[in-house]
Amino acid sequence: MFPAPIRKASVPWQLAYRTLLPVSLFLWLLPLMAVAVFSIKPADDFTTGNYWGPPSTFEAAANYGRVFFESDMPRYLLNSLLITVPTVIGAVALSCMTGFALGVYRFRANLWLFFMFVAGNFVPFQILMVPVRDLTLELGLYNTKTGLVLFHIAFQTGFCTLFMRNFIRTLPFALIESARVEGVSEFRIFRYVVLPLMKPAIAALSILIFTFIWNDYFWAVVLTQGAGSQPVTAGITSFNAQYRAAYHLMSAGSIVAALPPVAMFFLMQRHFIAGLTLGAVK
Amino acid sequence: MRFMLPAAALAAAAIASVPASAGLSGNLKIFLDTSNPAPRATMEAMIARFGAQHPDLDIETTIIDREAYKTQIRNFLTADPPDVATWYAANRMRPYVSAGLFEDLSDLWEEPEIAENLASTKGAMTIDGKQWGVPYTYYQWGVYYREDIFNELGLEEPATWEEEKANCAKIVASGRACYTIGTKYLWTAGGWFDYLNLRTNGYDFHMALTQGEVEWTDDRVRAVFAKWRELIDMGAFIANHQTYSWQEALPFIVNGEATAYLMGNFSVAPMREAGLTDDKLDFYQFVEITPGIAKAEDAPTDTFHIPANARNKDAARAFLRYVVSAENQTIINNGENLGQLPVNAQAAIDDDEFLRQGFEMLSRNSPGGVAQFFDRDAPAELAKVAMEGFQEFMVFPDHLDDILERLESARQDIY
Amino acid sequence: MADAVSFPPRAGAPKERWLHRNRRAIAPWMFLAPGVLFFLVYVIFPIFQSFEISLYKWDGLGEARYIGLRNYEKLFSDRAFETSLWNNLKWLVLYLLAVPAGLFIAIFLNQTVTGIRLYKSLFFFPFVISQVVVGLVFTWFYDPTFGLLNTIIGWFGAGPLNVLGDPAFVTYGIIAAGLWPQTAYCMILYLTGLNAVDPEQVEAGRLDGARGWRMLWHVILPQLRPATFIAFVVTIIGALRSFDLISIMTDGGPFGSSRVLSFYMFEKALSEYGFRMGYGAAIAVVLFLIMLGFIAYFLWSMYRDERGA
Repeated sequence: MFPAPIRKASVPWQLAYRTLLPVSLFLWLLPLMAVAVFSIKPADDFTTGNYWGPPSTFEAAANYGRVFFESDMPRYLLNSLLITVPTVIGAVALSCMTGFALGVYRFRANLWLFFMFVAGNFVPFQILMVPVRDLTLELGLYNTKTGLVLFHIAFQTGFCTLFMRNFIRTLPFALIESARVEGVSEFRIFRYVVLPLMKPAIAALSILIFTFIWNDYFWAVVLTQGAGSQPVTAGITSFNAQYRAAYHLMSAGSIVAALPPVAMFFLMQRHFIAGLTLGAVK
Repeated sequence: MRFMLPAAALAAAAIASVPASAGLSGNLKIFLDTSNPAPRATMEAMIARFGAQHPDLDIETTIIDREAYKTQIRNFLTADPPDVATWYAANRMRPYVSAGLFEDLSDLWEEPEIAENLASTKGAMTIDGKQWGVPYTYYQWGVYYREDIFNELGLEEPATWEEEKANCAKIVASGRACYTIGTKYLWTAGGWFDYLNLRTNGYDFHMALTQGEVEWTDDRVRAVFAKWRELIDMGAFIANHQTYSWQEALPFIVNGEATAYLMGNFSVAPMREAGLTDDKLDFYQFVEITPGIAKAEDAPTDTFHIPANARNKDAARAFLRYVVSAENQTIINNGENLGQLPVNAQAAIDDDEFLRQGFEMLSRNSPGGVAQFFDRDAPAELAKVAMEGFQEFMVFPDHLDDILERLESARQDIY
Repeated sequence: MADAVSFPPRAGAPKERWLHRNRRAIAPWMFLAPGVLFFLVYVIFPIFQSFEISLYKWDGLGEARYIGLRNYEKLFSDRAFETSLWNNLKWLVLYLLAVPAGLFIAIFLNQTVTGIRLYKSLFFFPFVISQVVVGLVFTWFYDPTFGLLNTIIGWFGAGPLNVLGDPAFVTYGIIAAGLWPQTAYCMILYLTGLNAVDPEQVEAGRLDGARGWRMLWHVILPQLRPATFIAFVVTIIGALRSFDLISIMTDGGPFGSSRVLSFYMFEKALSEYGFRMGYGAAIAVVLFLIMLGFIAYFLWSMYRDERGA
């Protein structure tokens, strides 16, 4: 193991390490904690200049109450959910199939198609902005959640295919072969042999895509408008425009907007990290 | 007003004292950019009143964030147009007019009710001899200042540039900044340029400049920046203004770290909310700079339009008639609602210190003309480059030559 | 990417129908069709459409007019474009600091004391938060009146510093904000990589007297090569995609000094004051060509791995 385990170091070193850990974490999360503190302060603290002192009163309930009951935040959150979940399902479903096709079959275009997905996935997606917006307008899907979902599914399919294909290549091929010997159709092999084995990959990928899509801001701005269809990342800017200089409310709003992927991460940590690091280790 | 209306409609119109077409039905889709809480409530109430007169009309209102709206209007006008949409007057509507996306509303403007009572804003709604929308509100710009601090320092409302600077010198000496401003989103600096130019060179020159007929490297333009620089060198503006939005610049005047704000009248509401009562806050017209030049003001007009591809244009026209009617204008512009000036000459102006002063100023003391605002009078693309230059000038006044050359080359490109 | 073995086609029974006989050849296309179709329509074609639009003058409303390469000629004399290009370069170089920083934190956290799992999660936490929120958090952190940064440097008698209002600092300030989640990302890649480091090689290194830096350089890093590759890839892509932070923190300002290409193209094409779709598309093409260099390299090294496997 590298570095050498601290348990084997001298006692002063061990103590130093153990104090350094919380201190460094504190510094690391300092900007975030500042926002958390802001979000439970009363408005008065900001007008009187008490930015960094302890809150004069604890207003968590009032501040978060206003975010939830007096703004469009709940609608934005719902939009985010209605955009994120279908995208996750769509992208994962499509990439199970593409990943299966590219991982199992050998045909001439295989590597080229695979590289197309990979290359497309690496593109700075802003360059697609003008054509994708036009396409969405032509389809009559501008300013709809559907329009946004369709684009997200398409774009994420690139990354997901890379992921799934590499995962499928690690599966034992003997299983597929023996199924073929028994005359099982290709589709049934996919459905009953491969898919069950892909469960960990599906879990990891779902949680990862959930985070990516939930946090998307650019496409939300390009393809949607207003509380009817915009997700919370875009909504938070409208929310802030409404409460400019009301830092306690803006902080509370930001925390609410950031929370779902954070909760997801802590609940599904193992899958999340498995997803991120697939391919990072051989 | 159309003649030969059925009796029932006439009766309804009489009750509502508003011209209305008979039997409006179907859907009416309205897009609004009035996303701030007070204007939003005002508009919603207005639409509800209109809806009550037309029970068969199914009205669907969408409120879009004011900043986001400015980019999104292009999309929905082409793709999924509503029947009515808010926008701004003057050059700001030109791209949509040229692209044929706004309905020609000259017919509305021939109706006596509108022709007579809205005459003052007709110019701002006219492009190529036709009218493309109706105004629903406008507001004055000017200097909002801390009356109590002026009293404390023994200052009077200034009338000339020298008095303005003399006041400012005393304010700076008292450890305050003269003006708060937040230029992160650039347009606030456009307000300063408008006034300095209008007062130094007059309305006609200002219009010629924003229409691209004058070179930015012209000495008359330099004279404007020279005046601006006098203030900058005094330390008149708050520091770090380039990081703040206009709202984030409010606390400086509220807390007394700055004494004045060159702003539109919409800033009164948040200042009052923050605790500046009418005995602490007052207003004066931007001072004279070149003696003898007729004073002109910025008074941006907010407007309603009918997209050319709207589906229910009859209902949309009826709605616009209702919007500009004297009765509705009186309600939506009063102090509890928009707190701005009504566009209908028959409407009553709310008894509010700032509205009264603004109305007075615009009707009696603005002989030079009424400009819309820098980013509404100049084409959008030039406005962006120019306002960026203004912001840079306010931070680095020495970059002036470079800024003006950049603006000049942009001008040659754009017009 | 282990056993890339697939199976030689099995000889089919003679009387099978054509479809049945060729199912092994047809099946992959059936599985690929929906994904490939989506990807072509929404990703691959738009790349080429961007090329096409960049040859037109178009305001997004009326008719588009063909103007050849004029948009590109204009780019050469456009100082805002030059600024954006330089800033992109700064992003590329400085954003890569996330890789060593992530490695450093990963080494720091790669211990087995109690509660270390929670520490690892909390260190990773910034990556999960949306860039919009990160942008807001850092805007307040840098705020010249009350920001924590100025409060802290004030204790040492320095400042006040208006990071986001000063053209000399602003891009660095935004990159620093971007490094926060990106470092977390690289850290997690390296933590996983460190887990898989071969203990025997480490022991062998120790016996050879390698310690500290020498050990890291000669024994550990070579084994972390896959993690390093991925960390580089995601960081370079992230640097060229930077948009959210700039939009939230400065809106490209002050006076356009924090723009990057992806932001500038949005501004030119779709923002409040932008009506130049063609020009925006031309910027997109330039950004794409820059990225193409990296993409080619990534694909080439993946290709090499595939062959080697």
